[in-house]
Amino acid sequence: MPEAMPEAQCVQIYLNGMPRQVARGTSVAAALLLHAVPCRESVKGTPRAALCGMGICFECRAVINGVAHRRTCQINCLDEMRVETQR
Amino acid sequence: MSAANDITHADVLVVGAGPAGLAAATAAARHGCDVHVLDDNLAPGGQIWRASSVAANTQSTQPMSSREKAIAALHASGATLHCATRVFAAPANNVVDVLEQDEHGLRYTYRTLIVATGARELMLPFPGWTLPGVLGAGGLQALVRAGYSVAGKRVAVVGTGPLLIAVAAHLQEAGARVVLLAEQAGLRTMLPLAASMLLRFTKLRQGLHYAARLRGTPVRMGWWPVEAIADRGVLAGVRITNGSETRTIDCDLVATGFHLVPNSELAELLGCALAATPVGRRVLVDTYQRTTRADVFCVGEPTGIAGLDAALLQGEIAGLTAAGQPSTHLHARAAAERAFGKMLDRTFRLRKALRTLAAEDTILCRCEDASFAQVKACAGWTEAKLQTRCGMGPCQGRICGPATRVVFGWEPASVRPPLVPVPLHALISSTSHHEENL
Ligand SMILES: Cc1cc2nc3c(=O)[nH]c(=O)nc-3n(C[C@H](O)[C@H](O)[C@H](O)COP(=O)(O)OP(=O)(O)OC[C@H]3O[C@@H](n4cnc5c(N)ncnc54)[C@H](O)[C@@H]3O)c2cc1C
Ligand code: FES
Repeated sequence: MPEAMPEAQCVQIYLNGMPRQVARGTSVAAALLLHAVPCRESVKGTPRAALCGMGICFECRAVINGVAHRRTCQINCLDEMRVETQR
Repeated sequence: MSAANDITHADVLVVGAGPAGLAAATAAARHGCDVHVLDDNLAPGGQIWRASSVAANTQSTQPMSSREKAIAALHASGATLHCATRVFAAPANNVVDVLEQDEHGLRYTYRTLIVATGARELMLPFPGWTLPGVLGAGGLQALVRAGYSVAGKRVAVVGTGPLLIAVAAHLQEAGARVVLLAEQAGLRTMLPLAASMLLRFTKLRQGLHYAARLRGTPVRMGWWPVEAIADRGVLAGVRITNGSETRTIDCDLVATGFHLVPNSELAELLGCALAATPVGRRVLVDTYQRTTRADVFCVGEPTGIAGLDAALLQGEIAGLTAAGQPSTHLHARAAAERAFGKMLDRTFRLRKALRTLAAEDTILCRCEDASFAQVKACAGWTEAKLQTRCGMGPCQGRICGPATRVVFGWEPASVRPPLVPVPLHALISSTSHHEENL
């Protein structure tokens, strides 16, 4: 679906190194869910994704532009943003 | 941060820009107070008024919504709004420390503080609840508004509370196929609530709106989830029961929540008196929304879950009182809304079976991967923290704390600053100021 969007309404980000387009205004947590990429691996190594969607649970934390532990549900995607699953 | 450069003074400081905080700020600013509003979210509105952030989803042809009206009124009142700012400490009287964009430390001083921090969903552990694809019900709604697409997805909505209906209707509107709405409260428990809604026009209208959206959705009253099932690591369905039979419903997503928990932590940190509830704590207030701290008011869900109308009335009462204006004309309506909240509590009281959903190896503390068996072996919070690190992760017990309260009946742990994990540079200035003021 994002492919059909006019360019101005899209941003390009990198999810674990892969270029991906999402609609402008999409939160990083929503982008990770859209592309079925887990936010983090838990202490015991299981994949986790967003839970509360409102900044409380920290399940959505990932590495954004090299900074770990960012709450991806409280951050919107920006052009050229690099997002990595937190291990 | 250099603390000296980044101090802002507010006559009235409001924490939370949901309906309660917006109403409080607008009322106080209209009557001449210098008001600042802080909110962790990227945009004002709180939970119920969370707007879509994706341009393609917003329809500009609709008349101005109550959210837009409230935000326009806030701006017209002269109050100043700061988004992506989160209060994390109260290092001295009339001082709070704030984290901006999760990065920069800021400090605010105030004459009056209005706590309007809202509520979060109660999440209960059941086997499979940590699988990606099992989300909070309100959480999934928020993620859809933030650009996640559920079009064509089969969603099972399970748990309890009025939020489930709102979420199911919203997901259906967003193109999902809601294959199940399971409410743990039985039909008979719901009758007094249904009767009271018939007498309240706005609530009835909202109820009918949702009912129309949910026509054709399989609704099961008195059923609850027992397990989220995965097929090769991917969520494939949810098993539900009514106590005598079980069924498996195939789905792509499970949206779950067990009504709401007041976000009472900031008020507690400020030294306000609280009362215990079955799932956590709520802030004690008088009819003017004053807490037991002379300079601190509390409005909306932290005082007890009562919904939108209660939040708006309580906010206006606190804002007027902070500005030295009369508010008694609003007290009767506020009391009626509080009574409605009590009826919600009774209607959606959790059945005992929900305390025993977790299996021995079910994760109880998601941050630290502490299992139900490990936590169960402890006598209470303090021991669980020491032995299993339950509640010691970044959410600081916001999710597992209420769960252990329901499952084991444990007293909630008392809160400590910082309320959220804070980068070291922002924290150092906060603690140093604290010491100066001792
Ligand atoms: C996820 C969720 C979805 C909901 N959806 C609906 C719905 O669709 N329909 C319905 O009728 N009811 C809904 N509710 C119920 C809802 O709580 C109330 O109807 C209404 O939003 C309460 O208003 P409030 O102002 O008290 O709190 P909220 O709307 O929760 O606002 C509180 C605000 O405080 C902010 N905040 C909290 N702590 C801090 C801090 N330390 N620093 C800075 N800011 C902070 C939060 O970011 C939030 O914006 C929902 C509740 C939740 C939890
Ligand atoms: S999903 Fe809970 S903090 Fe982001």
